[in-house]
Amino acid sequence: MEKMSRVTTALGGSALTGRTMHCHLDAPANAISVCRDAAQVVVAGRSIFKIYAIEDEQFVEKLNLRVGRKPSLNLSCADVVWHQMDENLLATAATNGVVVTWNLGRPSRNKQDQLFTEHKRTVNKVCFHPTEAHVLLSGSQDGFMKCFDLRRKDSVSTFSGQSESVRDVQFSIRDYFTFASTFENGNVQLWDIRRPDRCERMFTAHNGPVFCCDWHPEDRGWLATGGRDKMVKVWDMTTHRAKEVHCVQTIASVARVKWRPECRHHLATCSMMVDHNIYVWDVRRPFVPAAMFEEHRDVTTGIAWRHPHDPSFLLSGSKDSTLCQHLFRDASQPVERANPEGLCYGLFGDLAFAAKESLVATESGRKPYAGDRRHPIFFKRKLDPAEPFVGLASSALSVFEIEPGSGSMSWFVDTAERYALAGRPLAELCDHNAKVARELGRNQVAQTWTMLRIIYCSPGLASATSLNHSVGKGSSCGLPLMNSFNLKDMAPGLGSETRLDRSKGDTRSDTVLLDSSATLITNEDNEETEGSDVPADYLLGDVEGEEDELYLLDPEHAHPEDPEYMLPQEAFPLRHEIVDTPPGPDHLQDKADSPHVSGSEADAASLAPVDSSFSLLSVSHALHDTRLPPDFFSALVCDMLRFYAEQGDVQMAVSVLIVLGERVRKDIDEQTQEHWYTSYIDLLQRFCLWNVSNQVVKLSTSRAISCLNQASTTLHVNCSHCKRPMSSRGWVCDRCHRCASMCAVCHHVVKGLFVWCQGCSHGGHLQHIMKWLEGSSHCPAGCGHLCEYS
Amino acid sequence: MAEGENEVRWDGLCSRDSTTRETALENIKQTILRKTEYLRSVKETPLRPSDGLSNAVSLDGLNKLLAHLLMLSKRCPFKDVREKSEFILKSVQELGIRIPRPLGHGPSRFIPEKEILQVGGEDAQMHTLFADSFAALGRLDNITLVMVFHPQYLESFLKTQHYLLQMDGPLPLHYRHYIGIMAAARHQCSYLVNLHVNDFLHVGGDPKWLNGLENAPQKLQNLGELNKVLAHRPWLITKEHIEGLLKAEEHSWSLAELVHAVVLLTHYHSLASFTFGCGISPEIHCDGGHTFRPPSVSNYCICDITNGNHSVDEMQVNPAGNVSVSDAFFEVEALMEKMRQLQECRDEEEASQEEMASRFEIEKRESMFVFSSDDEEVTPARDVSRHFEDTSYGYKDFSRHGMHVPTFRVQDYCWEDHGYSLVNRLYPDVGQLIDEKFHIAYNLTYNTMAMHKDVDTSMLRRAIWNYIHCMFGIRYDDYDYGEINQLLDRSFKVYIKTVVCTPEKVTKRMYDSFWRQFKHSEKVHVNLLLIEARMQAELLYALRAITRYMT
Repeated sequence: MEKMSRVTTALGGSALTGRTMHCHLDAPANAISVCRDAAQVVVAGRSIFKIYAIEDEQFVEKLNLRVGRKPSLNLSCADVVWHQMDENLLATAATNGVVVTWNLGRPSRNKQDQLFTEHKRTVNKVCFHPTEAHVLLSGSQDGFMKCFDLRRKDSVSTFSGQSESVRDVQFSIRDYFTFASTFENGNVQLWDIRRPDRCERMFTAHNGPVFCCDWHPEDRGWLATGGRDKMVKVWDMTTHRAKEVHCVQTIASVARVKWRPECRHHLATCSMMVDHNIYVWDVRRPFVPAAMFEEHRDVTTGIAWRHPHDPSFLLSGSKDSTLCQHLFRDASQPVERANPEGLCYGLFGDLAFAAKESLVATESGRKPYAGDRRHPIFFKRKLDPAEPFVGLASSALSVFEIEPGSGSMSWFVDTAERYALAGRPLAELCDHNAKVARELGRNQVAQTWTMLRIIYCSPGLASATSLNHSVGKGSSCGLPLMNSFNLKDMAPGLGSETRLDRSKGDTRSDTVLLDSSATLITNEDNEETEGSDVPADYLLGDVEGEEDELYLLDPEHAHPEDPEYMLPQEAFPLRHEIVDTPPGPDHLQDKADSPHVSGSEADAASLAPVDSSFSLLSVSHALHDTRLPPDFFSALVCDMLRFYAEQGDVQMAVSVLIVLGERVRKDIDEQTQEHWYTSYIDLLQRFCLWNVSNQVVKLSTSRAISCLNQASTTLHVNCSHCKRPMSSRGWVCDRCHRCASMCAVCHHVVKGLFVWCQGCSHGGHLQHIMKWLEGSSHCPAGCGHLCEYS
Repeated sequence: MAEGENEVRWDGLCSRDSTTRETALENIKQTILRKTEYLRSVKETPLRPSDGLSNAVSLDGLNKLLAHLLMLSKRCPFKDVREKSEFILKSVQELGIRIPRPLGHGPSRFIPEKEILQVGGEDAQMHTLFADSFAALGRLDNITLVMVFHPQYLESFLKTQHYLLQMDGPLPLHYRHYIGIMAAARHQCSYLVNLHVNDFLHVGGDPKWLNGLENAPQKLQNLGELNKVLAHRPWLITKEHIEGLLKAEEHSWSLAELVHAVVLLTHYHSLASFTFGCGISPEIHCDGGHTFRPPSVSNYCICDITNGNHSVDEMQVNPAGNVSVSDAFFEVEALMEKMRQLQECRDEEEASQEEMASRFEIEKRESMFVFSSDDEEVTPARDVSRHFEDTSYGYKDFSRHGMHVPTFRVQDYCWEDHGYSLVNRLYPDVGQLIDEKFHIAYNLTYNTMAMHKDVDTSMLRRAIWNYIHCMFGIRYDDYDYGEINQLLDRSFKVYIKTVVCTPEKVTKRMYDSFWRQFKHSEKVHVNLLLIEARMQAELLYALRAITRYMT
């Protein structure tokens, strides 16, 4: 806070210097005001009324105006103002309704000059005329504003707001006779000081009390108002009707507002409650404050710019009993902390991305999206030369379009709609889902379902054998299985490759296959295999003999330890041959997919996908043989789920999760599950699959997800007659006392599902309309419209 | 007798659709007649010992239904329901079953029934209000019937109460009713407790909780302390209280929940004040609201005698007991004269600062000793005491011992600027609703005083409002507390003080003895001011503590 930075600004002849600093007051401050010379500040509160000199390093107490033995309520100040023409003249508004003026030029200790006791209630605000030496204006809780001539003993004129308490009064800086007043009921009034009988203009500015207003120092017609409704509004008063030109939404009710000198669009605000910071806003950027001062520990009650022509010094007083000088340079700038990137999906899958120009410039230099079949479009915002934050304002927006058809997700929609997730025995669910997947040409997924069924449904012998059979003869058609560890779109390419292998029918190739299959298994199931120390040659020798042995391999025996496993490097040359023969287009990607395979380098990697089928085969086979409990596989299944999720097929992950339920849930941590669920639900909702998404939410066991159904279950409707919101009940309007939604068929009020034709807007109970439409296609209301329902 | 078919569903009656109501009524009729038939047949057959209990149970069930019907026949805003209910009752009676009849004299023990609006005699605006209230709660309670003297306020009141109890909010529904019960029980207000016990069970609350606060979850138990302090000595609330509630590990309240709870507590504390202040009678369908005894020869009923309330006619003739009408008339004149004087001479004789300050202190101190001498009572409370552990903790305690009430300056923390913002931040929309309610209550006037018209009563209203805040130590810098002494006489002060601080001690005598010439609607108006001022005072203290906790 105590930054030693020093700022000197030359303003005509005088120069302002200072730093961010604060001093402790004895009591909470209610208001502050600065002397014309910018060297002194007065602080007033319930039990404090002092003048401080602002020096370079510190505040120095100059004068205590609270004199006398007994504290008087006349000294309990709600507001204070220093005359901008006469540096000896001050005025305070007391909470008991008295307006007091002070003359610093008096020789005695008591500087009190005049006492006006005309208001019946607390005076909220006092204001000196900006150019006239003797004119003082006050606004009070009793709803009156009074204009005093300091040369006389009582008020010159009284203005009645005809509404509630006056919260603020401000003389216009440019128009000699005009002043604005704000009221507790949300109104702002404009008065001519010569015409106390009625106001010149009145409009409702805020919902709830308007706590403050401030005329723009340069722009004649601009008035800023701040209210309890947490808004700061800027009004253009030059037009016939006051027009709202800017609106800033803050986070708490606005207690004070002050235009920043020399900066046309800046204003400072502080709040009445909860929020202790002072913000400086650029009214054209109403969402992020331009600067923020966070020194105070309690609500800020008074703010003042130190000099009417210097934008860098702000003074503030607070309920935490401190007086602060803030340097604009030391302010924290929330913009810097804001995330300058934005990303959004369009309706048809287009992607828009906005970022700071500097960022985009470096990125686009590398052309990261160039390889895609997508077309980035760049927009650049036109810069306003007057714009103060050029560095921040320049941003680039890129839009990426998707080529029609390329992103077709019809399989996703179909799958989502047709999958069965609950309500049947597990085996049936798996079979059904496998069938669905197969019909959609997603063989890998189908196979996964089949395997899940085998793993988790009690070892039904018949089915297991049948699988065994298919596997047994399927050594040449391992196509569906093979996919299980591959991206689905790679399937065709790989399939042909396998066939190629098989057709060669080479024993040696088999060896190689097995070999690398083992590699893969090791990599996939490290936990399981570690510890088994079957020599590698056993594996090799065994398999070299006969092809069928392959399927009888027990996984436990088949996986030697990693280092040992790396031994059979003799097979290398052979492998080279194979690798060379099938010109696999996808090798590179495969490698990326199986990063574990590093020892045997590219060759092993290229084969890995092919052999994954075998690894899985052997696993499922083992189940059949040894009756392993399903628990044994849970780690594997979890890996599988993670694999799908990684691949982006979160649908599969979630579906399996739901179908298997308790069987796997405990092995995957809550957060991951939640993440999958939310992603899947999000996707479903993007495709408007509301029913499916709801089903998923319902079936989910995670608390955070299942409560999604409970949130925002309220539907707000407006009355069809008076267009007002119907607050208490959905079918009868409180204001026009009419039932809004009548069924055109039975002429009763519809309280549940209401369906209506968008052409003639007649409708009614869902069942009634459905029934009606069976008989006639005309509107049941008799309007003659040929109703259409989708 | 299968339980299912004998379940009577009342909710259909709340519908605005007359056919729905008709069907619902028809169902009710069938059920009741079936039950009646059953009972009759049992009665005719010789009694077997085993039947005794089940008979008693089913008779009890039937009686409950009949009591509800009786309530409907008197208090339903829909004419068809009233008539039909009465018809059903008649037909039950013809079958030889004893039917209940209402006890007491209408919704209030203090206000003669004929002064109060009859259901069915309301205008369109009031009818909407009644229908709304009936639809929301399934009943038209006596509070509503008394408040309808001031429909403008009633609308805002019902809207707020509906929002607090039934609309979006951080607390679950049964918690809300339970908190209402806790708050009402602090003042031994059996009327509100009964109402909310029913509602609490209706929204699925655990009946065990009703056996006492110690059976409720720890979280609600923690609220007990705040409830106690808030009801009797709100100025003692500190941020430590708030901290204790917010940082209680698994039993912690969230800020939003706490604000909701505080609003509910203050609402029900002040509603209890209203209930006693206007002498609200028990609901017809609740215990003590009806009787199955045939009307006795004399015109008194038991409760009237015990309450020291005698016949209605007597009160009409001589409302003040022993003061003649002319005396009472003179009172009003004197009050008007004082107001006029205050209005005129305010500017002339300006009291010194010290005097102004001391006037507040004097008023504050005196307010503690303003108490009625007749401490007879003890309201027949239906074992409500179980809801609060420390009965000895009341307003009385401190006042007798002359404890010092610190001064709270409204200029430093007021509802409009600070309280509103805080409530609206933590419990959206409620700030707005309460703000509206305060405004309506504070500004409500018909410019009448007893028989006089076109009187500016703002001074009187402000004196009442500030007097109540003064009792809570809340000071307005810009108010001359000398005015209170001028405008409020002793019997009025006694009434105010009792209603606000120890509502359970209000008697009909107190109600009658202040403002003898004023209309009942004006007395109800005073009560509205009292309860709103009290609610604001409690809220101010509670919210200030929350604000202090937050900073």
